[in-house]
Amino acid sequence: MSRLRMTPDAREALTRAGFSRRTFLKGAGVLLVGFSAAVVTEETGVAQRPGPFASQNAAIAGEVDSWLAIGRDGHVTAYTGKCELGQGMYTVQLQLVAEELSVPIERIHLIQCDTGVTPDQGTTSGSQSTPTNFNHRNLAQAAATAREALMGLAAGHLGAPVAALVLADGVIRVKGDASKQVGYGALIGGRKFNLHVSPAARRKPQREWTVLGTSVPRVDLPEVATGTFEFVHNVRLPGMLHGQVVRPPAVGATLVHVDEDSVRGLPGFVTLVVRHNFVGVVCDTPWHAIQAARRLKATWTPGVELPKQADIYAHLRAQQPSRDLLVVDSGDVEAMLRQARTTLTATYLYPYQMHGSMGSSCAVADVKDGKATVWSPTQSAYPTRSGVAMLLGLPIDHVHVIFKRGSGCYGLNGADTVSYDAALLSQAAGRPVRIQLTRKDEMAWENFGYAYVIDQRLGIGPDDAIVAWDYEAWLPTFGNRPGYSRPGNVVTGFLAGFDPEPFEPRHATPPTGRFRNGSNVAPSYVAGCIGGACGGAGTIRSERVLTHTVKSFFFTGPLRSPSRLQNTFAHESFMDEAAAHVKADPVAYRLKHLSDTRLADVVKAAARRAGWETRPSPHAAVSRAGIARGRGIACVAYEGDNGYCAMVAEVEVDQATGRISPRRLVMAVDCGPISNPNGLRNQAEGGALQGMSRVLGEEVTWDDHRVTSVDWETYHSLPVGFDIPVVETELIDRDGVPATGAGETTITIAAAAIGNAVFDATGARLRQAPFTPERVKAALAARGGAAAAHAGVAQA
Amino acid sequence: MDISLTVNGRAHTVDVDPTSPLLYILSDTLGLRGPKFGCGLGQCGACTVIVQGRAVRSCVTPVRGMQGASITTLEGLGTVEHPHPIQQAFIDEQAAQCGFCVNAVIMTAKAFLDQQPHATEPEIREAMSSVLCRCFTHARMMRAIRKYAAHRAAAAEGGAR
Repeated sequence: MSRLRMTPDAREALTRAGFSRRTFLKGAGVLLVGFSAAVVTEETGVAQRPGPFASQNAAIAGEVDSWLAIGRDGHVTAYTGKCELGQGMYTVQLQLVAEELSVPIERIHLIQCDTGVTPDQGTTSGSQSTPTNFNHRNLAQAAATAREALMGLAAGHLGAPVAALVLADGVIRVKGDASKQVGYGALIGGRKFNLHVSPAARRKPQREWTVLGTSVPRVDLPEVATGTFEFVHNVRLPGMLHGQVVRPPAVGATLVHVDEDSVRGLPGFVTLVVRHNFVGVVCDTPWHAIQAARRLKATWTPGVELPKQADIYAHLRAQQPSRDLLVVDSGDVEAMLRQARTTLTATYLYPYQMHGSMGSSCAVADVKDGKATVWSPTQSAYPTRSGVAMLLGLPIDHVHVIFKRGSGCYGLNGADTVSYDAALLSQAAGRPVRIQLTRKDEMAWENFGYAYVIDQRLGIGPDDAIVAWDYEAWLPTFGNRPGYSRPGNVVTGFLAGFDPEPFEPRHATPPTGRFRNGSNVAPSYVAGCIGGACGGAGTIRSERVLTHTVKSFFFTGPLRSPSRLQNTFAHESFMDEAAAHVKADPVAYRLKHLSDTRLADVVKAAARRAGWETRPSPHAAVSRAGIARGRGIACVAYEGDNGYCAMVAEVEVDQATGRISPRRLVMAVDCGPISNPNGLRNQAEGGALQGMSRVLGEEVTWDDHRVTSVDWETYHSLPVGFDIPVVETELIDRDGVPATGAGETTITIAAAAIGNAVFDATGARLRQAPFTPERVKAALAARGGAAAAHAGVAQA
Repeated sequence: MDISLTVNGRAHTVDVDPTSPLLYILSDTLGLRGPKFGCGLGQCGACTVIVQGRAVRSCVTPVRGMQGASITTLEGLGTVEHPHPIQQAFIDEQAAQCGFCVNAVIMTAKAFLDQQPHATEPEIREAMSSVLCRCFTHARMMRAIRKYAAHRAAAAEGGAR
């Protein structure tokens, strides 16, 4: 994108510092270091810690010069560790800097995710970019600090008190005296601020915003739409070769023998690369590399026998040992359930799903003379630098990772692993190597989203209110984001001989500390009380939430709304079951059990926008044949307090075929002060439809030894031509609260909203995702007779 | 083997492996950024180019069959300064997230609507039924496509190209 090209002034600033901005910053008396190790929630069982290569010093975030530089021409260069992945983060960070510095967007150059140049902000993930950079720290606060400093400098320069000055377009003037003015360039151009980020610097309040809070169009889209945008896939270096990898034919297979003669004479063949179980080829063109990888004769051990797909959920329950965690436990759940007028039980099942990026992952590496440069689509530039250094055996400061946008990643697609592939192949070839994975290598070996088995029980009291909620779940994990020290968490590092994060079994201990619902493992309706302090969004005081993390046979990782989506599917569906059982309206029944007003407000807003008809589900006029129509609602306080959303789904169900057709999805989203309304709508819409695709058809499949969902015929993503529902988004712009994440809110509730709508339409409850026609037909057939296989009701 | 191609109005003669899919010639030999490798199987549309008015999936089209062909890629439609109407519609609707699929969606829709400017909504959907967008920007993309369809239909009424 043209905006990424530095102006002569910005380039000069870097060149003057000997290119390395690291040196530049050291000169300012601070160390350029990592300060944001990715925190992976306990519920996923894989806690990440900064590794040997991660610096421990947080000083960098505290320096204005880490975030901003102003050239002599008054142009601003901003540096961020949160990258544009398609979520609009590039444009909206331009807006942020423009707003706080009162400089037109056109005069700002934002450099994103480039090790040694931008601050180490860990990973761009988890709906954390907005909370991290748009509140009272980091980029936002650095810009506010810079503005105040510039006003102070101008006061001295112009001989007038700050109160007598006005700022516009990077020029500071004395009120009422047009002759007295000075621009940013003249005040500080080409020099450092040498200033700590001040927590006291005044952020511009939302009511004063003129750029932030407006729907500035994405600055990259003109190039994207005209085919001139440079994705990582388009990076070309002089003398560049092309690689492919040869992954094992089965899960757990290890390399016995490689026959180099099988490829040596092939056209364009350059070299074979073998490292432990990592095998790759390097050729002159992509096509020749693909041919060579196909023709390579390698012998592997048979690998492991995978559990039958049909038995996966029983398999997960049976896994021992497990890593257990009690998130909350009031200690009285069993007693309360016994005393309850009615208890409901149900089991919800969620499959392994994949990121399944549209473009298979690609990276380019140039490793020579003991130094490596990697052009990578990773969401984690600094952690990837560490991983590459470990893989190549290089000092960390000899590795330079430059983020280049890839295909949408949604968490942890092949971006990290292909960066490792490129580095290993280039090191062996001694020349720059580009590799783009085959579709199969992308899909068979990525870090899948967690499968889940969730047992739910709740008790209903005499006044129809829920008096106790018990949740127990099993989820498999293996690998994860590599973080700063675990390249073995993704397939390439693993094959090259690095261990993934070890699986550490643990018995559950009583919960301590503050309740937080980072994985939405607890339903929104419980009080979340630990030691008398309650942090939940709901009113139910008798509560227990227990997870068992077990070993996965596939790599797993943080697929968009990791765990939150699966848990919320179970919670919001089960809440609907309770409402139906007491014949209460699903909206009213939710509100009755919510104490969090922001969550309640989005529920009300979505219901109002959708024209919600207050009545219990299922619909009174349910017929058992033909097309049935219904509506359902679901809501979430994402990660407890990082974005609030509710969705009303209206669906049609063809009861003959079992096909679900969502017709309308109405959402209300509250993520605090809104930085870019149209950008937020785009995220909300995309999340809703991606969530719809995931619940209607997406499921990783396998046979005895290998993944079999390895292309778009075997993994089912709804196409652009799908008869998509009308999507409406109501934005609640809330001032005076922190800016929260938004990109994972709507996807989290789509499954339950759709499932609840199917129940409303037909009286059939869907407890296993995806809602394939076969499963829908089975649920329809089970209606009204004996309780469905996974559910039960007991009257006290 | 020498292959002569006209790409976006420019003639090229390239010495390539004739078994190579057209995509690699466009993206690697000629360095074009519009057509992309998505699946290599003709399933997603990322590699789509327009040949003689038809959308062709270049990842499964051997280059040897393209001798003398005239090929249009996404960058051949318009420029940042002067986008083609369908490109402008995508910009106006902010119809992208990561943008990797934009080539697939625009090139498939353009080829179809240019052939059938009066296509109905179900026909448009059918034409887009094997094009993927994993960010699920579907709603905006369909709005942009409808906008271009209206433009195309009006042009057809007016007898313009």
